[in-house]
Amino acid sequence: MKKRYLTIIFFALAALSAEAQIPVPAPKQTKAIAVVGATIHVGNGTVINNGTVVFENGKITSVGTGVNVPANATVIDGKGKDVYPGLIAPNTVLGLVEVEAVRSTNDDAEVGSINPNVRSLISYNSDSDVPSTVRSNGVLLAEVVPQGGLISGTSSVVQLDAWNWEDAAYVADNVVHLNWPTMSNTAGGAPADQQKEQREKSLQLLSSYFSQAQAYAQLPNPAVKNLKFEAMKGVFTGAKRLFISANSAKEILAAVTFAKAYKISPVIVGAEEAFLLLPFLKENNVQLLIERVHSLPGREDNDVDQPYKLAMQLNDAGILYGLSLDGFWQQRNLPFMAGTTVAYGVEKEKALSSITLNTAKILGIDRITGSIEAGKDANLLIVKGDLLDMKDSNVEQAYIQGRQIDLNNKQKLLMRKFSDKYSMQ
Amino acid sequence: MKKSLLFTLFLVSGFRVFAQETFPVNGVQDQRPDLYAFTHATIFVNAETVLQNATLVIRGKKIESVGTAVQIPQGAVVTDLKGKFIYPAFIDAFTSYGLPEIKAGARSFRATPQFLSSKKGAYNWNEAIVPEYDAKSYFQVDEKKAADLRKLGFGAVNVVNRDGIARGTSAFVTLANGKENEVIANDRTSSNYSFSKGTSTQDYPSALMGCIALLRQTYYDVRWYKASANKTDFNISLDELNKQQTIPQIFEVDNVLDILRADKIGDEFGVQYIFKSGGDEYKRLDKVKATNGALIVPLNFPKPYEVEDPYEAMQINLSQLKNWELAPSNPGQLEKAGIKFSITSGDGQDFWENLRKAIDNGLSEKQALKALTETPAELLNVTDKVGSLKTGMYANFIITSANLFKKDNLILENWVQGQRLIVNNASQVDLRGLYNLKIESLPTVKLTFSGKSAFVNETSIQLDTVKAKPVVSRLNEMLNFNFSLKNLTKGNIALSGYISNNEPLQLKGTAVLADGKSVSWVADWTEAAKENQKSEDPKPEQALGTITYPFIAFGFKELPKAEKLLIKNVTVWTNEKEGKLENTDVLLDGGKIVQLGKNLSVSGAKEIDGTGKHLTAGIIDEHSHIAISRGINEGTQSVTSEVRIGDIINSEDINIYRQLAGGVTSSHILHGSANVIGGQTQLIKLRWGKSPEELKFENSDGFIKFALGENVKQANWGENQRYRFPQTRMGVEQVLVDAFQRAKEYQKQWDGYNKSKSGVAPRKDLELDALVEILNKKRFITCHSYVQSEINMLMHVADSMGFKVNTFTHILEGYKVADKIKAHGAAGSTFSDWWAYKMEVKDAIPYNGAIMHSTGLLVAFNSDDAEMARRLNQEAAKAVKYGDVSEEEAWKFVTLNPAKMLHVDNKVGSIKVGKDADVVLWSASPLSVYAKAEKTIVDGIVYFDIDRDKQLQADVKAERARIIQKMIDAKTKGEKTQKPMRELAFDYHCDSEYHFGGTESDADYNYRYGLEHKENQH
Repeated sequence: MKKRYLTIIFFALAALSAEAQIPVPAPKQTKAIAVVGATIHVGNGTVINNGTVVFENGKITSVGTGVNVPANATVIDGKGKDVYPGLIAPNTVLGLVEVEAVRSTNDDAEVGSINPNVRSLISYNSDSDVPSTVRSNGVLLAEVVPQGGLISGTSSVVQLDAWNWEDAAYVADNVVHLNWPTMSNTAGGAPADQQKEQREKSLQLLSSYFSQAQAYAQLPNPAVKNLKFEAMKGVFTGAKRLFISANSAKEILAAVTFAKAYKISPVIVGAEEAFLLLPFLKENNVQLLIERVHSLPGREDNDVDQPYKLAMQLNDAGILYGLSLDGFWQQRNLPFMAGTTVAYGVEKEKALSSITLNTAKILGIDRITGSIEAGKDANLLIVKGDLLDMKDSNVEQAYIQGRQIDLNNKQKLLMRKFSDKYSMQ
Repeated sequence: MKKSLLFTLFLVSGFRVFAQETFPVNGVQDQRPDLYAFTHATIFVNAETVLQNATLVIRGKKIESVGTAVQIPQGAVVTDLKGKFIYPAFIDAFTSYGLPEIKAGARSFRATPQFLSSKKGAYNWNEAIVPEYDAKSYFQVDEKKAADLRKLGFGAVNVVNRDGIARGTSAFVTLANGKENEVIANDRTSSNYSFSKGTSTQDYPSALMGCIALLRQTYYDVRWYKASANKTDFNISLDELNKQQTIPQIFEVDNVLDILRADKIGDEFGVQYIFKSGGDEYKRLDKVKATNGALIVPLNFPKPYEVEDPYEAMQINLSQLKNWELAPSNPGQLEKAGIKFSITSGDGQDFWENLRKAIDNGLSEKQALKALTETPAELLNVTDKVGSLKTGMYANFIITSANLFKKDNLILENWVQGQRLIVNNASQVDLRGLYNLKIESLPTVKLTFSGKSAFVNETSIQLDTVKAKPVVSRLNEMLNFNFSLKNLTKGNIALSGYISNNEPLQLKGTAVLADGKSVSWVADWTEAAKENQKSEDPKPEQALGTITYPFIAFGFKELPKAEKLLIKNVTVWTNEKEGKLENTDVLLDGGKIVQLGKNLSVSGAKEIDGTGKHLTAGIIDEHSHIAISRGINEGTQSVTSEVRIGDIINSEDINIYRQLAGGVTSSHILHGSANVIGGQTQLIKLRWGKSPEELKFENSDGFIKFALGENVKQANWGENQRYRFPQTRMGVEQVLVDAFQRAKEYQKQWDGYNKSKSGVAPRKDLELDALVEILNKKRFITCHSYVQSEINMLMHVADSMGFKVNTFTHILEGYKVADKIKAHGAAGSTFSDWWAYKMEVKDAIPYNGAIMHSTGLLVAFNSDDAEMARRLNQEAAKAVKYGDVSEEEAWKFVTLNPAKMLHVDNKVGSIKVGKDADVVLWSASPLSVYAKAEKTIVDGIVYFDIDRDKQLQADVKAERARIIQKMIDAKTKGEKTQKPMRELAFDYHCDSEYHFGGTESDADYNYRYGLEHKENQH
């Protein structure tokens, strides 16, 4: 009797202490799960009303209306619910930064201007307080990107429910990041001529670097291994994608032309003034990641709603784009960025694609994720309400590779703690 | 044809300068009569009076007589000026001529702070207050600069120390050469001011509002110092400033808004400034006129930008483009508006070119002359000496070849205090014409001398039978040319010679041929040169763009007016006990909400169909930093309650329009959070197009910003900022206790004085005045705060000192102490979901608003961010998402609740009959991410309309294209150009710091809560 009492206390304590931590990563999916009778937003622009999705061993096995539910499956009633693909947050420092102003918690920018060999993956902190606050709003994958310099490093895609970074690695080392040098003179800095000279220098540096890297990539057995060139190899072989940050029209033009010269099809990140180059971008099949829909117009004279309507302009021109948000904790607002693009002219399901399937395509991972289609990883959300509208977006369940993840986070625990405090008074 | 230097001789008459009365002479005395008579001239006595065929007689430094019947005294040097003109020499009321170069302070703003003046001596505590500077003591004649100014036509200037906020007295000097003793005409012309701290290396003030506060406090100090009979300390600066209050007061500003700011200070102290302006007064002409201040305007017209590359052209804002077009019309517009102004040479660059441009753009010649002569003389109280040509006045005049403002006119001579400067030599023989040139042993060739005028220092020759490019030089009667006659001889021929006969002209001399042989040459005049001059350029077409209010993109050509508006069949979020009313009509009239009801029909009202739409009260942002100029933080001291955001409101901020587009109608503009007791705040209404004063929310209670935590203890300011007290939360408490302790004692002092009315009044201290207002419930606190310990602390300090905290802003840990805040009676204005940007927000949660609300606190969501303020409706919706606040209550977080916090809920914040017509028509539920503000109405005036916005977007593009085309044309015509540079937008947050003076960089200090704008990262 006494022993049992102690056990109860022990378990109660264990539960409490577990609550004080970030949620425990979920175990592997062991049993088939079927969500039945839900509105399924596939992610590719289509919607299946009253549909069923079945997933097993972490993979989606079938999706549709007349789907057979395996006998042993756990059935979830999807009536009145919406099922969405898990959202993908590209271009973020999530897990690299814990508290922005505290230097010791920042692991996002390395010294030096050319660092393709620097890998964000090993710096990703799976024990960070932040990812669990982000996934509660539906973001299940993130592309974690090194910052700074000219070539800032190599990013990886992580899943946000992991014991460690190895666990978190979804697709490792798949994108090299280049920050395009500014192409115009800015007031308050050096004289115009000096700025121009500096710019030309950077561009020369960049092209000679790429030429050498390309030549190196053809060496079967380099006598001396150059770590940086090794890291660049994939960019030329197609194993890695090249993301170029460029915002002004001039920068975008220059960046795309540059990449083309090396037969690289780049992704332009930022792309603030892409609306000035629609035919060019279309013609060159350039993919874009819009950075922060919720931005101020870049120029005083720009249309007041320019950042809001950029997605619509790209969409109407038939250009493939995804949405991103710089920063880290901000990723939880990614669905609402998509929501705003709907208000400014993008059809809802297409807006959803811009934070799911399009992003997967841009990251080169659309074979395995980005939409709710058979054969892909079971990364999906069960939502009550409209995922893109903060007014009634409520993520009830989320699955990463079929594992149902805990949607708790530190903030919810604090909320409960203090709500309890006041209800006890 | 190169200009020949030899033609331009700057001869000072007789190589002699003045002799000074009190100075000993080495050698024999050399006193001369210095008597000159200029006859048969057209004399402009001043802009009004013109004498034909008149005579001017000068003796020594002064004018002896002017008139048409003047007797030429015996012994006068007589110059016949038939066909020529005499004008009073120009006066520049604002130069730094003859003063030592101002060297910028060496201290970087990243250096450790300097709290007090480093100036040794019994001077003011602040280095930027230097009224003791007397230009007369530093002035030195600078012959080169004087000559440069005289060539432009100037004869006398006011010498101003352009360094500091109170800059001391200026001296009025002529541009004559010689000893300073004779050149200084008035040793204390004006007392001078600005909003720039100049070379002061002291930290305070760092922001414009600090400069203004410092000046205001200094005025009070001067009065107090004067009144105090038994001074405990002597202060040279206050003493001096006191003495210079009766002379003209000149305030140098950068732009038109600064004129209004300076004038406001002047009004507070009964001072009427003369404004040395920025040249952009046309942007707010009526407001400038209303200041009653005269102006000293520069002709600093911008050069056209290089805009052929469309992407480069984008670097230039519409306001810059328009300013290029309209700046030359500024003087003309001032004239039309009847504003008194003088013209300053500025840096002298392109002075005449710009003056003519101003005339082409509407400035009358008469007014131009006045602005360069009489008006500056009047402004500086020196009309007895200069500015017109009258007996007894300085012999400061210019002789011109034609009417002063004619295109080809030349200034021939500039006389200052009887000293002659030949600018263009009029006495030399006019060589223009066709000649037969015979060089011995060579065939005759034809030679042409041409030039714009007889006196112009350039001459060309043409050899019509052969190609030749001659080099010519001339010194009076002596000539040299050098050319090659390719078809006739080899090599160059060098000719030197002289004018051998005058009528007809004949030139003779010796030529040295290429082989070294010397031969003689002669050139005989045959006929006058053909007039090959282009007719005067037609006046530029007067198709100037319109002035918009404000003068940036999306400004109004005409300010919209309040309308009688009936919004029909709309869902009304009343924020009152009626809640949400479906299918309701709302009538706005006279700027107020007049009626709510069903199926209203009102004659004369403009109907707006609200079917399917939502009408709400306008959004009120409790924490905003838009629409200000030059610095949101005066963070150089821990207590700066004397500074006022109301002093620096900027009506020309695009964010006003952008936020109207997001449904915001009122914004509470706060000082930043760099120090514990920051500045006084200003509530504004977003009346796009109105002037700064007109933006202010009328009759609203005054507030003040306090701040706690990391920012005020400089936790993230870098290693050099470890000196200012406080550096810990412990210190923050002490700063507060100390400040209020001092305020109480100060009030006691005043109470005692007011009761007895004897003795000297205590020194008025603007810093403590603001704190006393808090103690007397006349001013209210909104306090930047994060963690629970500090929130708790401030409430304890408040209780012990006897004041209340009105609002905790940010208050991200408010959920931990909501009960205590409620007990204190404060409200909480927070972010919906920001966190993790610094250590003190590690425990911030998006449920904060909901929890505080659930305990009965008054809760608002604010922006602190120009971007987020555009979609505060979405932020309000997050209270529904995080914490299940009801939609109607969540909506109040951004409307009625902030109105209550700001004590203006009797006027705004809900849709209720009698309240201000500050409403927004939304396309959908305002809490939805899909909602757009279609009309934003303030005081019944539609300041934002989504359809009109489409038109404005098109207008901006069209106007840009028009001016860009005009700029390209100007460049093609040969105008000098400038390269476009991108001006980075700077949006203030509460810990942004702005430093000006030296090399300023907003971005440097721009730590932005993790919301960096990409454009600043390039």
